[in-house]
Amino acid sequence: MKIVVTVKQVPDPNAAQGLEADNTIARDREVVLDPGDEYGIEEGLLLKEAHGGEVVRWSRGPERARDAIRKGLSMGADRGILVTDEQLSGADALLTARALAAAIKPESPDVVICATESYDGSTGMVPPMLAELLDLPQLTTAKQVEVSGSKVTIHRQTEDGYQVVEAETPVLVTVTAGIAEPRYASLKGIMAARAKEVKQLGLADLGIDKGEPAETVLAVNDAETRKAGEVVEDDGTVGVEKIMAVLQAAKVI
Amino acid sequence: MARIWVYAELNEGKAAPIALELLAKARDLGDAEAVALGPGAAGAAADLGKHGAKVVYVNEDPAFAEYIAEPAADTLEALVKQHSPDLILFGFTTDAREVAGRLAARLGTGLISNSLDINAKDGGFVARVPYFGGAKVADYKANGKPAIVLLRPKSVEASEVGGEAKVEQVPATIGERSKRAHILERKVEAADAVKLEDAAVIISGGRGLGGPENFPLLEALAGALGAAVGASRAVVDAGWVPYSMQVGQTGKTVRPGVYIAVGISGAMQHTVGMKASKVIIAINKDAEAPIMKMADLGVVGDALKIVPKLTEAVKAKKGK
Repeated sequence: MKIVVTVKQVPDPNAAQGLEADNTIARDREVVLDPGDEYGIEEGLLLKEAHGGEVVRWSRGPERARDAIRKGLSMGADRGILVTDEQLSGADALLTARALAAAIKPESPDVVICATESYDGSTGMVPPMLAELLDLPQLTTAKQVEVSGSKVTIHRQTEDGYQVVEAETPVLVTVTAGIAEPRYASLKGIMAARAKEVKQLGLADLGIDKGEPAETVLAVNDAETRKAGEVVEDDGTVGVEKIMAVLQAAKVI
Repeated sequence: MARIWVYAELNEGKAAPIALELLAKARDLGDAEAVALGPGAAGAAADLGKHGAKVVYVNEDPAFAEYIAEPAADTLEALVKQHSPDLILFGFTTDAREVAGRLAARLGTGLISNSLDINAKDGGFVARVPYFGGAKVADYKANGKPAIVLLRPKSVEASEVGGEAKVEQVPATIGERSKRAHILERKVEAADAVKLEDAAVIISGGRGLGGPENFPLLEALAGALGAAVGASRAVVDAGWVPYSMQVGQTGKTVRPGVYIAVGISGAMQHTVGMKASKVIIAINKDAEAPIMKMADLGVVGDALKIVPKLTEAVKAKKGK
């Protein structure tokens, strides 16, 4: 079974962030492998261990996104593909999905694994677009994945519970955080990763024309914030008294 | 007048709340029309009409409810090509976003996801989206034709205008290969008590509770107040409680009368889903936690001691 896991680097959620002059998110700051992607890598490796095959990690981003791929190779993935191109800076979901699809298609994977959504953009749009462009069914927001022969069955997280959803390979699966505890790379894994192949591709290699973006950023402003109210230190009684007063004022009790 | 379409999701054969919210927005932007696909679509049309849809395109093929995204994307594609709407609104929900993503890729138009609001400007549409996890907001001009925008639930208030929709039966244009991701079973995990989306009072717990064994303290308080119980992403990811309880960017957006955040630090991921609450009360042992800077009342102290006392006080008050 051939498994492709998509990953990307995002600005470190715990570090200060900035904007470029064209209002795209500054990528010269600290970047990390998107925390959501580690779950995808782990699930890919688990499937490989159970069913054999190869895990190929794919990443789009600046040259240093190679670090994100190296991390996955250290964890146990077999090969990496890095798509990097000046023109991909600030790419929208559709251009990202088109580049991904062009790079993944020749690999003819049985399973493509993505995170449900990224930590920075949170639009969740690349996976369904990628499924469409690769002509794959989509098994999404999976909190459990089982493979039996050519049949893939997932538990799909929904607003009020979950659904059991099934499709035949090849499929695209998106996984949620918590599906599997991501492993740490062993020293041996880190050493082995250095010898693993990382192929680098640009938009021209993929035969992709950038096209028109879906949106133009007109303005970026600070979000409305709420004002801080009263803060009290609880002494065993004042906390409950204050809360009761607020609940009564709100006519809840 | 611009022609505004709403992808009207159905929930147990009725128009889902998000469909009615989207119609309130669509009415403001032009002539509102809805597309309802799946069992119950024709019945839901009356409700959609009352909320401002002038036309409702319906098809009741069960495949729309049984397979993920593809049948709906196929049918929408055919309808869009036939009718050329200016804008299609989808809810930013599990099901709709997958349909929207496939449709936008197929039409080659792209889309704007995760929007908080959308307005008409210079003959086009400008959507407002959270940026930097919600610290900033960006205004995006939609370049696609049709423009496709996904609006977060609870961004707009649904309201009736008392109209009647013209119901138009449309063919289910479903490709041979589109019945692939098959939904075999649906399981409901949400607490049977009060639904988060409808609750007037919500009590949410985070890491500060220490462990899943302390969530019953919140349930007891919720029982006394008639409230719903929510959670932060951190504790859902840690497996303490199911995802159906998650409030925030990747969970539910809520705007209750009172929101009590217990042991939640107030990461942007969480606050984007609850900051529109009317009154916010925070209980946290850290006076410097971000949640304290946005709460109407912040109580610095041990939640495990405060919550049970509060439950008793509420019960005593209600007993009177």
